[in-house]
Amino acid sequence: MRGQGASAPAPLSPAHIARPRGDSLALRVIAPVMRLVEIPMVACQRLLGINRLAWVFLAPNLVLFGLFAFLPVILNIAYATTGGADVLLADRPYVGVRNFALLGDCANYLDPNSCREDKFWRAVWNTTWFVTLQVGIMVGFSLLTAIILNREIRARGFFRAVFFFPVLLSPVVVALIWKWILQREGVLNAFLDWTGVGGYNWLVDADWAFGWSVFLSVWAHMGFYTLILLAGLQAIPRDVYEAATMDRASPWRVFRRITLPLLSPTMLVVLVLALIKGVQTFDEVYAFTGGGPGTATTFIIQYIYEEGFAGAPRLFGLAAAASLLVAGVLVVLTLVQLWLNRRSANG
Amino acid sequence: MGRTLAFLTATRGGARLHWTDWASYSYLFVGVFLMFFPVIWLVLSSFKTEADLQRYPPTFLPYQQQTIMLDGHADPLPLFQITDGEHEGKILAQLRRVGLRAQMVDPADPETRLTIDIADRAPVERFTLATENYTDLFGRFNFLLYFWNSTFITVTATLIMLLTNSMAAFALSKYQFRGRTVVLLLVIGTLMIPQTVVLVPLFLIVTELGMFNSLWGVIIPGAATPTGVFLLRQYMLTIPDEILDAARMDKASEWKIYWRIILPLSAPAIAVLAILAIMWRWNDFLWPLIVLTQSENFTLQLALNSFQGELQTQWSSLLAMTVLTLLPIAMVFMFLQKYIATGIASTGGK
Repeated sequence: MRGQGASAPAPLSPAHIARPRGDSLALRVIAPVMRLVEIPMVACQRLLGINRLAWVFLAPNLVLFGLFAFLPVILNIAYATTGGADVLLADRPYVGVRNFALLGDCANYLDPNSCREDKFWRAVWNTTWFVTLQVGIMVGFSLLTAIILNREIRARGFFRAVFFFPVLLSPVVVALIWKWILQREGVLNAFLDWTGVGGYNWLVDADWAFGWSVFLSVWAHMGFYTLILLAGLQAIPRDVYEAATMDRASPWRVFRRITLPLLSPTMLVVLVLALIKGVQTFDEVYAFTGGGPGTATTFIIQYIYEEGFAGAPRLFGLAAAASLLVAGVLVVLTLVQLWLNRRSANG
Repeated sequence: MGRTLAFLTATRGGARLHWTDWASYSYLFVGVFLMFFPVIWLVLSSFKTEADLQRYPPTFLPYQQQTIMLDGHADPLPLFQITDGEHEGKILAQLRRVGLRAQMVDPADPETRLTIDIADRAPVERFTLATENYTDLFGRFNFLLYFWNSTFITVTATLIMLLTNSMAAFALSKYQFRGRTVVLLLVIGTLMIPQTVVLVPLFLIVTELGMFNSLWGVIIPGAATPTGVFLLRQYMLTIPDEILDAARMDKASEWKIYWRIILPLSAPAIAVLAILAIMWRWNDFLWPLIVLTQSENFTLQLALNSFQGELQTQWSSLLAMTVLTLLPIAMVFMFLQKYIATGIASTGGK
């Protein structure tokens, strides 16, 4: 997926600028291609001059952005306001805001059963609950882990790597790993039977399936936020702590009065980032439970996917309308995040 | 043991352990267990036979029943230890089972058939790795095709992304031209449009371009990432302009400046971006799920997901395939851990 909802990156500062020592292997491999491209590029440079050549350098990327990022946004609106099951816009009848009206047709928004498009509202509420729980638990544990890793600890690199590595696993792999552990005759139930607590068919029970989805997603992603929070903790100057020790402040007081306030910019960024990603949760839970049992773990992206691509007829209009609503939420969150980034960058 | 304990309990200052240290280490060890055990369990399970996987409660290590080849029998015969009755203590080979009785022979005396109550026998088992789970993947499951699809998508998309992003970053960091701010704003704008919210129109565009059910339909849209442009631009800004001016004095063309000077100098940032891109593409799921609907185009992730959805899930093959899917990323992680951590921390991407 495109670096979804990624932050405007903090500069990756080069410790030193590497001096080119001869030609590296990579450079030698690309050299023939680059020399070939040089011919038209030199011609362009003669034609346009140096500064306008910038557009030639930008062109491939801008074409990609235009075609696969900006054009889709506009087309999304076109889809959301048309009906039918055709992909081609020319074949789709204009329906105005009927798709939105269908999504919003609800006697009581808190009760999906009273809505015409009940699956949408189930997905909305599932996502809301999921994001609240997942972000809360995940950021809590990430903070705890980061604080512990920031202490004087042996083998810190090892522990950091251990907490981080699930971040790299693919969502499907994560889902399968836990499905295998949680299945009826899996190792967790064997352990519970052995202790006398007794096993349970976890993924058949709606509440447990939801709970385990939250767990799985915390397990898979907390390392990422731990890493960011750890960097934030390490940026707090040591002498502040030393001064506090001189004043015989209790550890709890140090944490409340120094660590938390100084870490709060990083915390905010982490929170918003986790929210942005949480709203878009799909892959791992889809592979884990398939959205079930029933609709217990169907989230908003899965709703969009199923309306638009998995079901028949393909309700592109409804999917696009739901996408626009999600996009609205994400745009607000991203703006908040960019604003926070800028604020923390300015001191 | 004592020294290990001393090593683990020593603090940096050499002082005795405070209770908070105990709490910290306990937390970390619980964490290590929670993070590692699932993966270790997966790998161990992937070496178990289907019969061994059905066993409940499961054993930790993979075991297989021992067999013996006897003259006059085409197939290897399973071995049992007799636990009760007349032949107690002997190890016998089973010919066939009829209801609650089993016909068995003593391997030392293969002519005499014995009838044993099945409750009186226990299989003879030994630690054995069921490597056939893995070898089967190559024969029966088209694994190589999926692996190739995944690899092709990952490599091609990464290369395209590195090229287009570095060109754009070069233009945005080293040229003063009208409209630069606008372009930068546009790039920031794309940050707000994750693929997940433009699935429907993206699908139309990809279909119109004839890339539906083609690997290119996954590769090309994936190459447009704002994160890469940002990451590279920030790095290139730190390269002094004097180097470029010197090259221009020597009559180097702008393209030459780009690929002979800027690209090699940005190698660390490009490496970080390359690792991120490989990770994104290899693990990608939702978009390939939409674009690639025919099984011969499946990536590993799609194949895994579709196999696990089948009614008759063969866990032995599925687990082996899962291990092979996570292996490349695990290798990348082991060798390039430092780069990955820096990269992810500095882009906020994942």
